[in-house]
Amino acid sequence: MDFIRPSTWQEALEARSAVPGAVAIAGGTDVMVELNFDHHRPPALIDLTGIAELGRWRIDRAGDGNGSGGDTVRLGATVSYTTVIDELAEQLPGLALAARTVGSPQIRNRGTVAGNLGAGSPAGDSHPPLLASGATVEVESVRGARSVPIDDFYTGVKRTALADDELIREIIVPAARGPQQFSKIGTRNAMVIAVCSFAVALDPRERTVTTGLGSAAPTPRHASDAESYAAEQLPWHDRDPLADAVARRFGELVAAAASPIDDVRGQADYRSHALSVMARRTLGWAWEEYRCA
Amino acid sequence: MRLNLTINGARHTADDVWPGESLLYVLRERLGLAGSKNACEQGECGSCTVYFDGTPACSCLIAAGQADGHDVVTVEGIAEGEDALHPVQQAFVDAGAVQCGFCTPGLIVAAHNLVERHDDPSDEEIREELAGNLCRCTGYEKIIDAVHLAAERKQEAGS
Repeated sequence: MDFIRPSTWQEALEARSAVPGAVAIAGGTDVMVELNFDHHRPPALIDLTGIAELGRWRIDRAGDGNGSGGDTVRLGATVSYTTVIDELAEQLPGLALAARTVGSPQIRNRGTVAGNLGAGSPAGDSHPPLLASGATVEVESVRGARSVPIDDFYTGVKRTALADDELIREIIVPAARGPQQFSKIGTRNAMVIAVCSFAVALDPRERTVTTGLGSAAPTPRHASDAESYAAEQLPWHDRDPLADAVARRFGELVAAAASPIDDVRGQADYRSHALSVMARRTLGWAWEEYRCA
Repeated sequence: MRLNLTINGARHTADDVWPGESLLYVLRERLGLAGSKNACEQGECGSCTVYFDGTPACSCLIAAGQADGHDVVTVEGIAEGEDALHPVQQAFVDAGAVQCGFCTPGLIVAAHNLVERHDDPSDEEIREELAGNLCRCTGYEKIIDAVHLAAERKQEAGS
């Protein structure tokens, strides 16, 4: 097994192209487990941690031509969960909430959002808030760069739109335009892979509600019917308290959007029920934040 | 590969290292630093916690090749001398936070980092900060006591 330590992005792309099956490593929280247990021995590892630009984030202000109509955060591929929590909780509250539930402090210090995407596990904690925020994954190979909308990124269980020669360079996440919430079910507060998880984001200006479901289907996905239902039913103008019936129906529609399975972490029925509860609660929290703003 | 890294302030070299082996393996099996413990090899237990460039991390999840040229502090580097204990270590002894001792090195590093950053941590903060370190003996209560004790003594010493 070769160990390649590029110091520039171009070198990394060339290495990825030159060695089919080479695996990118940053925090190592997934890749090293595979190696330690001899589950997988790739022909080469490409260590991205020596490329300084990947470890940084920056904000593109609205009006600077970022094309989204609001501020966007450009999150480099090796930015850790700890950095998201410490430095980006204001701009990306949903993603920061999800990051807080990842592993333990040691894992959050090393693990990355891009690594979560690259692994493509339906249980990854980053996916629901990235879906709810409408993120874009910037991928590149020696052939060129392309932008993959998050809705198109997940193609199957541990399968993504990333081609064999491509690497994730950065993730572009629109800054929150309103309250965002995240909830996750597990057997304890730390060190758990989600039984299921849910993210919701409100955009009071556009009067839209967006969602993301994790660990509830072969890929992370939206609950589209729940989104349009809530957008129509929420009393955006009067800011009345969230009606129980609306919250409950929203929960039912979220559960209906899932295609959960029975596995070692939980049963399908439990996942559906838990999703409806999490959806109802998180919508309530987000709505209260909007009402009181 | 030949690996050069700084451990506990001293330069170390290891030869014939397979770059995909873990930093933990390098520490224990190649350099004889057996303080960091090997248990789960998947980041679950925290027994192998070290400072990597000043940040607590599981050394089982860092590839040896990634550690080349970097700075590592292990549990052996927490105390200032061979015979001295660091105040965090002394607090673990005094509070009865050590039973079988297997989790202790990782907890010492994690608790050291916690006490460095928090003057007066709450129970909740301690539980959160030490959530990545498993202990099967103590039930954690005495470990939490030890962190409070270390933080109190640090404040007394500083005031």
